[in-house]
Amino acid sequence: MPKEAMQKKNKNKKLKQMARAGSARYVWQRICQNPLALASVIIISLMIVLSIISPFILKCEYSKISMQDMYALPSLAHPFGCDELGRDILSRILYGARFTLAVGFLSVFMSATLGIALGSVAGYFGGVVDQVIMRFLDVMAAFPQLLLAIAISAVLGTGFDKCIYALGIAGIPHFARMMRANILTLRNQEFVEAAISIKCSKWRIIVHHVIPNAFAPLIVEISMSIAGAGLAASSLSFIGLGVQPPAPEWGAMLASARNYIRLYPHMIMFPGIFIMLSVLSFNLIGDAIRDALDPKLKD
Amino acid sequence: MKNITEESKHFLSVQDMVVQYRSEGKVVMAVNGVSFDLDKGKTIGLVGETGAGKTSIAKAIMRILPDHSTYQNSGKVMLDQEDIMSIPEQEMRKLRGHKLSMIFQDPMTALNPVKSVAEQIAEAVRLHSDSNKVQAMKRAKDMLELVGISADRANEYPHQFSGGMKQRVVIAMALACDPMLLIADEPTTALDVTIQAQVLEMINALKEKLNTSMIMITHDLGVVAETCDTVAVIYAGQVIEYGAKEDIFDRPAHPYTVGLFKALPGMNKSSRRLSPIVGMPPDPTDLPSGCSFSPRCPYADDACKRDAVGMQEITPGHTCRCLKAPL
Amino acid sequence: MSALLEVKHLKKYFSTHKGVVHAVDDVTFSLDEGKTMGVVGESGCGKSTLGRTIIHLQEPTEGQIIFQGEDVTHLKRKDLDRLRENMQIVFQDPYSSLNPRLSVRDTIAEPLILSHKFKGAALEKEVNRLMELVGIEKRLHNAYPHEMDGGRRQRVGIGRALALNPKFIVCDEPVSALDVSIQAQVLNLLMDLQQENKLTYMFVTHDLSVVRHISDSICVMYLGQLVETCSTEELFKNQLHPYSKALLSAIPSVDIHNPTKRIVIKGEIVSPIDPKPGCRFAARCPYACEACKEPQKLEMISTGHFVSCCRVKEINQLS
Repeated sequence: MPKEAMQKKNKNKKLKQMARAGSARYVWQRICQNPLALASVIIISLMIVLSIISPFILKCEYSKISMQDMYALPSLAHPFGCDELGRDILSRILYGARFTLAVGFLSVFMSATLGIALGSVAGYFGGVVDQVIMRFLDVMAAFPQLLLAIAISAVLGTGFDKCIYALGIAGIPHFARMMRANILTLRNQEFVEAAISIKCSKWRIIVHHVIPNAFAPLIVEISMSIAGAGLAASSLSFIGLGVQPPAPEWGAMLASARNYIRLYPHMIMFPGIFIMLSVLSFNLIGDAIRDALDPKLKD
Repeated sequence: MKNITEESKHFLSVQDMVVQYRSEGKVVMAVNGVSFDLDKGKTIGLVGETGAGKTSIAKAIMRILPDHSTYQNSGKVMLDQEDIMSIPEQEMRKLRGHKLSMIFQDPMTALNPVKSVAEQIAEAVRLHSDSNKVQAMKRAKDMLELVGISADRANEYPHQFSGGMKQRVVIAMALACDPMLLIADEPTTALDVTIQAQVLEMINALKEKLNTSMIMITHDLGVVAETCDTVAVIYAGQVIEYGAKEDIFDRPAHPYTVGLFKALPGMNKSSRRLSPIVGMPPDPTDLPSGCSFSPRCPYADDACKRDAVGMQEITPGHTCRCLKAPL
Repeated sequence: MSALLEVKHLKKYFSTHKGVVHAVDDVTFSLDEGKTMGVVGESGCGKSTLGRTIIHLQEPTEGQIIFQGEDVTHLKRKDLDRLRENMQIVFQDPYSSLNPRLSVRDTIAEPLILSHKFKGAALEKEVNRLMELVGIEKRLHNAYPHEMDGGRRQRVGIGRALALNPKFIVCDEPVSALDVSIQAQVLNLLMDLQQENKLTYMFVTHDLSVVRHISDSICVMYLGQLVETCSTEELFKNQLHPYSKALLSAIPSVDIHNPTKRIVIKGEIVSPIDPKPGCRFAARCPYACEACKEPQKLEMISTGHFVSCCRVKEINQLS
């Protein structure tokens, strides 16, 4: 009996130390409790940090061509080997992280913000507003996402920032559609009516009551999209749009290494591993954030 | 105490049934040693509140407990002198629908939306008898007539029927293979009062006509009063009072049963305040020691909280799980 | 004393792709301060819509709502906010009526914050007072709806409704989702609060034994129309409309020695889409005749007892 009481007391203590559910600090605490998610956070942070400091710590510059080291296998001097122009793959990968991750983050941030805003408005107000917004997005969604991104970047031109706009705009319909569907189911819930009856303004209802409940399922989607957008960025650079060579881009590296897959598999393996690690990490983080935001999964 | 020879005469006899589930690392003690008997053509009511374990009892008798989460399921269920807990699953499948069948609470989800109602009934018939398609279809139409749906509507689809009509279809399906035992899990809870009245009326008439035994699971004492012969009051997975309907309604012995009647609005019209039972039903993952009702019971003392309480006889056939009974 | 709430010829129609649903069709009643009026009827009879229309969760199509002597049928945003402080609602489903992401404290505090009357320590004090008032333990301050049972959630919903100190509360089936023993606790709470705060309730339910217990007067509705209204006592003793008779006799009685003599009515409720004029119950009514196809009028049979049936005197052998 005393033992049980002790356990209970400990549990209470533990609960008290936890931050208020829903706050950013609480989400962070929950992620720390999940070893896989924690590992993912560490991996992503490492990639970002290494990407920033790599030019200062690595001897080989990412763009330095060395005919001697063409197709070099992994060695002490070049841990990941060299590519067809004798450039060091390790430094290319680390430097390239900034492009892939930044394009991923920023373009998804853009499409998610705009998509969620449009989807919420369309879903909550319905009627003409809904029709106008959704028909417009339907037109956009009629093109495959990558094709749309290609078309947009063809208009905007090449470059890092254009690539983000292209992918960001192309991703809007997807988020808007998901958000609208979530809102539609929530709109008729009684707690929304209750909010109206206590004088909540429409704006407050959307921001305070509807979006938080509709948002959780989107988080996994967002994290997966970051990885997807990174891949799409590589596709763009592969066809000559998006990030331009000699800037090393993981996807572009993968694409060019494709020709040597039988002879020099290391060239495709290392960028591939990094892409896989980042995709996996983003997905695991997304899962963890969703769980942390869901009060039903508390303890 | 009952003796062995008497026991074996009952059409259905459930003995010491235990059902436990696993849930989030905890063991949910849903049914904790339930025993009751039922004679041919009679109806027993299992009454209790949400989470008392009524539906688990029914599912355990049907042997349709979910495999993945069931932690323990033991006890004996004698149906027509046969222990249906120990027969192989294949044999049990033959019994289901044929010897015993079940009506679920929600008629909206119990029917397949892409098949006509007659087809669905005919399918059940053909599974359990060697009748051909034509015979099965005829049987299906007869069953629909029996529950008050004209045969012209036999080829309609579930969405064309209203809630009460769907429940009739479900009942027709359950009765299509002449089951000897019908388990009805809150069959009228999802229906409106006037429709409930129609369905109850029909169930009573059919029972008389077909001489089917029935287990009526409900939280509504009014439904029990109208349909049952014997009553078992369930609390925290145990039968806490058991007896003929007259015993339970006229002379309730367990403080919980007494409390249930007192909590009903409209019973004591003299006072405007109702007399609720204090507190909440116990957490099935963490049942109190001794009598599981003792934390809410106004008569409980230390003895009640110490040891498990057994069933004791109040009058012949009327038993009660309480140290203080009769009050 | 004049009535707190008067509803005159209230109509609420919805257009759907199948036609116009006459959810509430010409309902008239009045309700005195401190009293409880029960609205009973089966699903789809418009009883919930009636409640929601009165407190302006839905815009009325036609008719008049008079609250405290003031016509509040169509209001501007500012006046509507003022009205909402006086009119609140308690919902049926204690699961969907609370935002799953707000704790008990946040749910109860929200109306207080929105009313700008409480801030800081005063706000916390008021939240604690309300929690105590509706009987929620202090330890549940930071609990989330899914951590509580139905009875406690319903108490939180009541706490939220009381926060603005309203005069009139629509209780939309507040105990239907609860077990009998918990139901009694919540009903007692509602009755205590009524006495202490002089609240006026409109109690919407399909459960006639509950409504009998809590109401002073009752409206019986069928497919959007008011078929009978009178005091509770009178309705249970001397119901006159054929539908009221059938409805009352359909309640399963717990008295096993005197079972109610049941009038089983045939057929089912249909949806009131583009209904024909005339009595909507006629299709199921054992007394239906040609005259029932004409529009029916709510007629006073005795003081305070109104029935909408052209054959009411004939059926009940009244002079």
